Amino acid sequence: MADDLERRFERTVQSEARIEPRDWMPDGYRKTLIRQIAQHAHSEIIGMQPEGNWISRAPSLRRKAILLAKVQDEAGHGLYLYSATETLGADREDLTLKLIEGRQKYSSIFNYPTLTFADVGVIGWLVDGAAICNQVPLCRTSYGPYARAMIRICKEESFHQRQGYELLMTMMRGTQQQRDMVQDSVNRWWWPSLMMFGPPDAESTNTEQSMAWRIKRDTNDELRQKFVNMSMPQAEALGVTFPDPELRWNDERGEYDFGQPDWDEFWQVVKGGGVCNEQRIAHRRKAHEDGAWVREAAVAHAAKHARKEGAA
Amino acid sequence: MSFDNAYESLLGGEDAHWAFGTGFSEALSGVNREFPAGVDREALAAYCLMLGDDALIFSQRLSEWCSRAPELEEDIALANIALDLLGQARMLLTRAGEVLGRDEDALAYLRDEREFRNVHLAEIDCGPGPGGDFAATIARLLVFSSWRLALFSRLRGSADPVLAAIAEKGLKELAYHRDHAAQWTVRLGDGTDESHRRMQAGLERVWPFVDELFATHAVEVTLTGVAVDPASLRSEVDGVLEAVLNAAGLTRPTDTRAARVAGMAGRDGVHTEAMGYLLAEMQHLHRSLPGAVW
Ligand SMILES: [Fe+2]
Ligand SMILES: [Fe+2]
Repeated sequence: MADDLERRFERTVQSEARIEPRDWMPDGYRKTLIRQIAQHAHSEIIGMQPEGNWISRAPSLRRKAILLAKVQDEAGHGLYLYSATETLGADREDLTLKLIEGRQKYSSIFNYPTLTFADVGVIGWLVDGAAICNQVPLCRTSYGPYARAMIRICKEESFHQRQGYELLMTMMRGTQQQRDMVQDSVNRWWWPSLMMFGPPDAESTNTEQSMAWRIKRDTNDELRQKFVNMSMPQAEALGVTFPDPELRWNDERGEYDFGQPDWDEFWQVVKGGGVCNEQRIAHRRKAHEDGAWVREAAVAHAAKHARKEGAA
Repeated sequence: MSFDNAYESLLGGEDAHWAFGTGFSEALSGVNREFPAGVDREALAAYCLMLGDDALIFSQRLSEWCSRAPELEEDIALANIALDLLGQARMLLTRAGEVLGRDEDALAYLRDEREFRNVHLAEIDCGPGPGGDFAATIARLLVFSSWRLALFSRLRGSADPVLAAIAEKGLKELAYHRDHAAQWTVRLGDGTDESHRRMQAGLERVWPFVDELFATHAVEVTLTGVAVDPASLRSEVDGVLEAVLNAAGLTRPTDTRAARVAGMAGRDGVHTEAMGYLLAEMQHLHRSLPGAVW
């Protein structure tokens, strides 16, 4: 019986069909998915902070509106993804506690600080861009609710990316001070963006099983290469350079060669040593704790209301 | 879009209006922007600044909640309201700018505190942070949106076609804002002892700023047929607030009067101490890079 279910699951996954919430699935698949989707949801929510940092200071009303709408989109992405975990039996409150207690991770990129308004554009271009490269394959992932959430998210991320790039284009057409600001921002975000694809394949765990389950579809190094290939023409069109002396076209391979990020820094930030790790979690924890009385009141009111309805 | 190459759309030539565009050229397209005969243009600009600054400054305050709201759903809702108000502000500042020969950004970023015409209710700190909490924020939103909804529903009949069109568009937004605030007021008033206490305290926090909303200003007297006399809105707004507070089991505060400064208040460009800090934060980047394009 269990073997039958297992075989059917394997067949479904291998034939590229979707697993739906009511279908049988192995425990390991369910757990891995919850962890992966929750970490993705946490990343969307923590990711609101670095850009949210500039809403109050956005230098034009149009940019203020675009930025506020973008950060609001990220909250929406978090919501879709937490909902997807709930179809697997997880609970948003529980996952939020895991985040603020440091028991679950989020994308380490958001532990870097946003220091100028150019960072808003560079995050849109490179960070949302790298996120898209990571996420586009997930639109075909084996778990239905996750795949559908990813389709919607990817469309919106692509819009964010265009907005970020357009901001940079505009700034590059402005004053020399603005152009310097853009280049400085690119210098700070390029390596962390490459790190978003995770450690080199040789050091990466979990990849093999996740590939077999079609939860992951490309290796870290494949995606990183793809991102570099896509980003170079964009940088040239913009008039900025990436801070990598090894970056050059390789005619033989038909791709760009590039250097390795500082993986010591990567692990240091992942392990909590980044400039903003503590701040990001403290911010999220404060919002959650300060809001507890509001959520309790909403529940209490709904319960009273239900009782009244029942009595009537 | 194609999912295979996330970047392919980036270099396309469609760089115009893919984002938010200006947000008002589309919204108000087809509206006659000529000034009606006999209207005092200086007064019209001053009036547009009053209503525009109310929306701009309150939007700035509301957006402080972004990533800090009690629930993700509420984070999204407050951002929506802030965006609606920012949109209204942009249309109103643009209209003022058509008289004054300045664009929306020059008016938002390059005026000093004494030139801002918003009511104090828009600028005070109601949280997040030491200035208040979610209840005070909801109390302000309830009062502000009830008042502005009543105002905009009358403004639809303005002799200035642009103001009338802005009011028409804003009406649906403000009805949603008021409804959102009313629902939370009832939930918090009725929910737990703590939420009831906080909601009552929130009302006490904002009530001293209520009278200013209904004080007729000289500009509004000058613009008969164009502007709305806020004194005429009082009984309607009082009725709405009364109904919401009753449903929530809350008491209407009695302290409605914050004293003016030598007879002046927000409409005269005389603000609270919070305003200078708000503007310092909002304006500093724009002012730091003169000649920059954004
Ligand atoms: Fe996102
Ligand atoms: Fe995004």
